[in-house]
Amino acid sequence: MTVAVSARQITKSYTSHLALDSVSLTIPEKSIYGLLGPNGAGKTTFIRILNQIIRADSGTIEIFGRPLEPDHVNLIGYLPEERGLYKKLKVGEQLVYLARLKGLSRKDALDRIRFWFEKFQIKEWWNKKVEDLSKGMAQKIQFISTVLHEPRLIILDEPFSGFDPVNAQLITENILELRDRGSTIVFSTHRMETVESLCDHIALINKSQVILEGSKTDVKSKYRSNTFLVEHSGNSLQLPPERYQVLQQNPLAENLYQTLIRAEAGIKGNQLIRELVEQTEVHRFEEKLPTMADIFIALVKGEGDEALKKHLTEA
Amino acid sequence: MNKIWLIIQREILNRIQKKSFLITTILVPLIFPAIIGVLIYIMVKEIESARPDTVLVVDESGRCSLDSTRRFRFVPLNTPLNEAKKVFQQSENFALLYIPDFDLDSPEGFALYTRENPSIEKIESLRNILKDRIHDLKLEAYHIDREVLKKLKVDVNIKQFNITETGEEQSSNSGILYAAGFILGILIYMFVMIYGVQIMQGVIDEKSSRIVEVIVSSVKPFQLMLGKIIGIASVGLLQFLIWIVLISVLSSAVFAYFGMNMPQQELMEQMSVQMGNEEVQQAMQKQNPQMFKLMQQVNQIPFGKITLVFLFYFLGGYLLYGALFAAVGSAVDSIQDSQQFQFPITLPLLIGYIGLFMFILRDPHGPVSFWLSVIPFTSPVAMVGRIAFGVPSWQLALSMALLVGGFILTTWVAGRIYRVGILMTGTKVNYKVLARWFMMKG
Repeated sequence: MTVAVSARQITKSYTSHLALDSVSLTIPEKSIYGLLGPNGAGKTTFIRILNQIIRADSGTIEIFGRPLEPDHVNLIGYLPEERGLYKKLKVGEQLVYLARLKGLSRKDALDRIRFWFEKFQIKEWWNKKVEDLSKGMAQKIQFISTVLHEPRLIILDEPFSGFDPVNAQLITENILELRDRGSTIVFSTHRMETVESLCDHIALINKSQVILEGSKTDVKSKYRSNTFLVEHSGNSLQLPPERYQVLQQNPLAENLYQTLIRAEAGIKGNQLIRELVEQTEVHRFEEKLPTMADIFIALVKGEGDEALKKHLTEA
Repeated sequence: MNKIWLIIQREILNRIQKKSFLITTILVPLIFPAIIGVLIYIMVKEIESARPDTVLVVDESGRCSLDSTRRFRFVPLNTPLNEAKKVFQQSENFALLYIPDFDLDSPEGFALYTRENPSIEKIESLRNILKDRIHDLKLEAYHIDREVLKKLKVDVNIKQFNITETGEEQSSNSGILYAAGFILGILIYMFVMIYGVQIMQGVIDEKSSRIVEVIVSSVKPFQLMLGKIIGIASVGLLQFLIWIVLISVLSSAVFAYFGMNMPQQELMEQMSVQMGNEEVQQAMQKQNPQMFKLMQQVNQIPFGKITLVFLFYFLGGYLLYGALFAAVGSAVDSIQDSQQFQFPITLPLLIGYIGLFMFILRDPHGPVSFWLSVIPFTSPVAMVGRIAFGVPSWQLALSMALLVGGFILTTWVAGRIYRVGILMTGTKVNYKVLARWFMMKG
């Protein structure tokens, strides 16, 4: 795994509070990396440090293996949470300017703007002033300005807040496409559905600290609670109570039941299936993994591992 | 830096593409020659139409024969007043003047008959003509010779000289210097205020439209600030240059149209060629002593030096205040909020401006003038107002060095506030907050 961003022991304090406390993160290349956390956790501060808008008090950052340096800004495309455009400037001129600030030549900028304008079918916007665009139209332009210089690292701060569903969908599609073409995408969010569907890696930041980091599958399996969902015929299951605990049973249809079973640690799903097939007909069998939202809420509430598992099981 | 250059370009384009720029750039120079043109037109018309008015005179005293002047032609009538009135009514003449047989010590009973109400100015000049005539009569009555009286008149003229540092003597003319100081000082004051507020407005626009965070992810906040300041300065200078060129071209066109070949300029050129040629100088002095003196004084003003000094303070003052205006813009969310911070930064400029009238132009070498022209916040207006009066080199050098130091300092301070301020939206800002931003590391 090549690393796009490696942050070590990043600390940043403002006069009144500590924004980041020894934050260490590893963002793999060509991944979609979700930076999660409640408002005020320090996500935006971290993102601004990556963009060299502010400097960390201590700690080191490497981007594509090299310590953070001024030229790195040209490798990054950044869409801030509070985003805007020059209102009086025409769309085309504005995009050329923003691209040139990222180090593109005028000619390259024009070529790429044309590409995106064709892709989004907005060719006729070139000479429109931004103040004459609708909010949704302006959002498209903002997204284009972020990715115009084909950045290897794309950083989106709360990209889905404020975007209408059509644009959110459009941006999701394009994020995936850009990842497939080799870009690394980092975004911060507190919307769990997007994390569930989009991210392959996550970090959870709470109260200035990283409390969880890893690939989505690793994180989920770390918080698995050995709970299984079974749909079967007949309501009488005879399971050894020293190994299994029936948490819930609901009838789904005539003679069809859904049962939530928690197995003791060390017992594999296969073993449970074996026990089940002897006494009933199994229609559906699935390990119930916690959702990111469950993990997120539980961790932020500051519950210990055991309490967390309990919470997740009950959820 | 390539990126600063991009920002400067953008700022220039943003402004010169506006219609308002085009309009002010063209209209202002048109207004000046237009005013000059109208004034000259009126003057020419007046001169053309100024044929002398004919005044019929009935002189009962027999002593008041009036000589015709440029404005009045006096025609004596040897008829009684009543008949004279009839003659006047049938004629096209301007007025009928009645001079009774008056007593020299208390001249009374004069009368002027006109068809319509004449201007006060005309009555006044007629009165003066009469006064002079009676004055002469009185001299004769007291047996005083007019030539003797002329000789009694004493005319003392104080000629003013400046002794320059090299010991050279120059005659000076306070009037011209006053005008030069006045105009230059006001120009700087206006330039700093107008374009300083434009910088502030630009910063507020970027901050409130939230584009600024995108920009500072590409360039450093300090680069953005400098680019904006330099860009707007270039627009200002460009506009200024266009004005000067247009005004002088149009003015000469106006002068040429009325057949006046820019008299001063030609004379000045002639003078500089002839300077040093004693004979010609003396010949000229005899021909037209007043004009010669004026030209000599104008010639002695070191225009080259003043232009250079002016440009230096023009830019220095703009940069010093421009950075402060940028910092104010970064601290607030709207132009309305900017008032509380705008006042303290424009105050020193205002002090320089007031000092220009109260001290510099009255007493250019006094202690207050010295300090005003040395302290960087007031020196752009004060020194430029003072420079024509002659400033010792060490004072000029000190003032310039302090101004350079001053704008480096304000730019540094402003940069530190700016980099934090542009990202702080919706914060209630006071001076304590500004100080905290300034101290903030990274």
